Amino acid sequence: MPLYLNEEQTMLRDTAKDFVAEHAPVSHLRALRDANDATGFSRDLWKQFAEMGLNGILIPEAQGGLGLGHVEAGVVLEEIGRNLSPSPFLTTAVAAVEALKGSAQADRWFPGIVAGETVAALAIDEGAKHRDAVALKAERSGNGFRLTGAKRFVTHGHVADLLIVAARTAGSPDDAEGVTLFAVPRDAAGLTASPERLADSSLAARMAFEGVEVDADAVIGEVDAGRDPLGRLLRAGRTGAAAELLGIGGGAMDMTVGYLKERKQFGVAIGSFQALQHRAAHLYSEMEVARAAVLKAQQLLDTGADAEMVDGAVSIAKAITGMATTLSVQEGIQMHGGIGMTDEYDIGFYMKRARVLAEMFGDVGFHADRLAKAAGY
Amino acid sequence: MSGLDTFRADTRVWLAENCPPEMREPVRSDADICWGGRHFAPSSPAQKDWLDRMAARGWTVPDWPKEYGGGGLSAAETKVLREEMAAIRARNPLNSFGISMLGPALLKYGTEEQKLEHLPKIARGEIRWCQGYSEPNAGSDLAGLAASAEDGGDHYIVNGQKVWTSYADKADWIFCLVRTSKASKQGGISFVLFDMESPGVSTKPILLISGYSPFCETFMDNVKVPKANRIHDENKGWDVAKYLLGHEREMISGMGLGGGGRNPLIEGAIATVGLDHDGRLADPVLRTQIALFEVRAKAFAAMSERFIDELKAGRAHPAQPSMMKYVGTELNKDRHELMMAAGGSDALEWESERSNTGAAPRAWLRTKANSIEGGTSEVQLNIIAKRILELPGA
Repeated sequence: MPLYLNEEQTMLRDTAKDFVAEHAPVSHLRALRDANDATGFSRDLWKQFAEMGLNGILIPEAQGGLGLGHVEAGVVLEEIGRNLSPSPFLTTAVAAVEALKGSAQADRWFPGIVAGETVAALAIDEGAKHRDAVALKAERSGNGFRLTGAKRFVTHGHVADLLIVAARTAGSPDDAEGVTLFAVPRDAAGLTASPERLADSSLAARMAFEGVEVDADAVIGEVDAGRDPLGRLLRAGRTGAAAELLGIGGGAMDMTVGYLKERKQFGVAIGSFQALQHRAAHLYSEMEVARAAVLKAQQLLDTGADAEMVDGAVSIAKAITGMATTLSVQEGIQMHGGIGMTDEYDIGFYMKRARVLAEMFGDVGFHADRLAKAAGY
Repeated sequence: MSGLDTFRADTRVWLAENCPPEMREPVRSDADICWGGRHFAPSSPAQKDWLDRMAARGWTVPDWPKEYGGGGLSAAETKVLREEMAAIRARNPLNSFGISMLGPALLKYGTEEQKLEHLPKIARGEIRWCQGYSEPNAGSDLAGLAASAEDGGDHYIVNGQKVWTSYADKADWIFCLVRTSKASKQGGISFVLFDMESPGVSTKPILLISGYSPFCETFMDNVKVPKANRIHDENKGWDVAKYLLGHEREMISGMGLGGGGRNPLIEGAIATVGLDHDGRLADPVLRTQIALFEVRAKAFAAMSERFIDELKAGRAHPAQPSMMKYVGTELNKDRHELMMAAGGSDALEWESERSNTGAAPRAWLRTKANSIEGGTSEVQLNIIAKRILELPGA
C-alpha cells in the first residue's frame, strides 16, 4: 500500500474539510468558550456528524456503520484539529468504538453512537501523567462488580452517556494482568463527576467511583483480560490524537504562513525576510515528517500488521506529532509577534489545544520511553 | 496469492540463497563499500559475488528498463524488493553516483545511443562516475560556474577547474557542467560526459578534517569532449543539472535513515554505559537523547517511504527533495554526534585496529559536510520557503 491517501480517502478528506470548516470553525469554539458552555461541545453538531455517517466510521457496516479504517477516521480528526472543533469524535467514535468492537456491549451502544445520541468518555487515567498503571478496584459483588476508586482527565466525563473504565480485578496497580475493562452507564449510582475547565476551554472531569454497582455483562471482553480491549482503545486513541494534533499543527502553520505573506514591516511582507523564511521552512519540514509517521501508523493499524510493529508506529506517531505540533504553535506565536499573544487572535487557541492533546494518551516522553523499552534499552 | 505476493515469496527465496552472509553485516568502514569501476578491488569474494548476482538480475537498478541493464520492476515490486532486502539486512550491492544521480538524468534526457552506451555499465558497476558541478567561485551559486567549453566542430575544448569532486581520483568518467555561452547565466550551461583518462584532466585530493580525501580538485586543460557526449541541447544543461540535483538530494537524505536491523547507536550506548537493573541505559540523559532521536529518525523513515511512493506515482512536489535533504542530513549529523557521545573514549581512537582505524570519529567528521554538500541546509530552506510555502522574494 503506497504511503499516501488513495482516491476515496482524498474524497473523504475533501468532504470532511468542507463540512468541519463550515459547521465548526474556530469561531464555534470561541462562541462556546465565551458562553461558558457547560457541556463543552455542541450536541447539535454531534447529530450533524451522525447525519454525515461519520460517527460510525469505524463501526462495521453490519452494525450500521461505514466499516472504514483508521486512515479514514484520521482524515476526519485532522479536520477537527485544524478547526479546533470541540467534539466527542475522538473519545466516542474512535477510542470507545475500538474498545467495544466485537464485544457483547457493542450491540447495546453502537446504535446510539451511530445516531449521534450517545457520547462515550474514557476513564483510564489516574494520575496527572498518563501511564499503564490501573489501581481503581472492581470487586465481585452479587451478579456483577463493585467499582471503587478515582479517575481523572476524563474528557466529556460529566455529560457522557457511557464510560469506558479500566479497573483492577486482580493483582497490583503496575501488573500487566488483572485488568478488566467495563462499560459503565453514566447514571450508575455512586458515580460522580467534577468537571474542570482546562486551558483550552474544554471540560475534563475528575470521576469518583464509590462502590458503583455494575452487572457482569458490563465487562468488555473477558475478566482480567482487559489489556486486550484497552490496548485497542489506546492504539486507536493515540493514533487518533496524533491525527488531530497534525490538524492543529497544520492549521497553526497555515495561519502563520498566511500572516507572513500579508503582514508588512519596513514596507515589505515580513515573509520576504530570510530569518522568518527559514523558521517557516523548518516548521514545514517537521510537520511533513510527522504527517508521514501518522499515516504509517494508521495504515499499519488498518492492515492488522504485527502487534509490536503497530505499537512502535503508534508511539512514533504520537511522540512526533507532540513535538512537531508544539513547534508549530510556538513558532506560530513567535512569528505573529505581539498580536499572537492576544485573545482576539486565534493562534493562541491552537497553542492551548495542542498542549492538551499532546498530554492525552501519553506525551512525547511517555512514548519515547515506551519505544526505548521495546528496543531493549 | 496476488502477483505481488508471489513476487515477494520468490524474492525472499532468491535473496536467502544468493545474498552471502558477509553481505548481511553492517558496513564497517568506507573501505567496505562497493563502488565498482575499472580499478575496483572487491574487499571480499562475497562482495564481488553479491554485486555480480544482483547485477545479473538487473537488481542493482531494479526499476530501470531491462534493455538498459535494469530489472524492469514496477514501483510496487521495487518496494517489495527493498523491504525484503531490509528484512535480511542485506547491504546495498553497489554504491554509485551513476545509479543515484546520472542514471535518472540519462533516462530522462539521454538519446537512445547514450542510454545504451552508459546505463548498462552503470548497472553492472563497470564504470564509476563523479560529478563536476562546484567550482571555487560557484558553490551555492552553482549557476555562476566558469569552466568553459569552446566549440571545436564535432567536439568541445573544455578548460577550467572543478572542486569538491567526490572521488574524482577513483572515478572513470565525469558528468560535468560547462559554460557554452556567456549570454545567459543559467541558459549558457551545457551538460557533458567525459573519460577521466582524457588528455588534460588531472585531479588532486583535498585532505579533510576526517583525515581522508574523498573530495578532489579537478583541473581541465584543453580537454577534448565529443559533442556526442553532451546530454540534452546545448545551453540547456541547467535543466539536466536541476533534475539530477533532485536525485542527489534524495540520495543524501537517505543517509538520515541509518541502517536497518541492529541499531549501532543503541548497541554502542549499551556497550559503553550498560543497562541498570530495570534494563534501562544506565545514563538516563543519554537514554532520553537517544530515545527522542529514534522517534525523529523513525518518523523520517516514514517520510522517506512516502516520498519514494509519491515520486513513483508522479505526485511528489518538485521541491520535496530539498525538504528530504534538509531533514535527512541534519538527522544524520545528530545521529553521529550521539554515536560519539555513546562511544565515549572508545569513539575517540583514531588509528587503532580495534577502532577500525577510527571509523567512528572519521564518519562523525564526514557527516558535518552533509548539510553543506549538494546545496547547504540554508539553500534547501530557501527553496522550501519559496517553492513550497510560496513566500515572497526579498
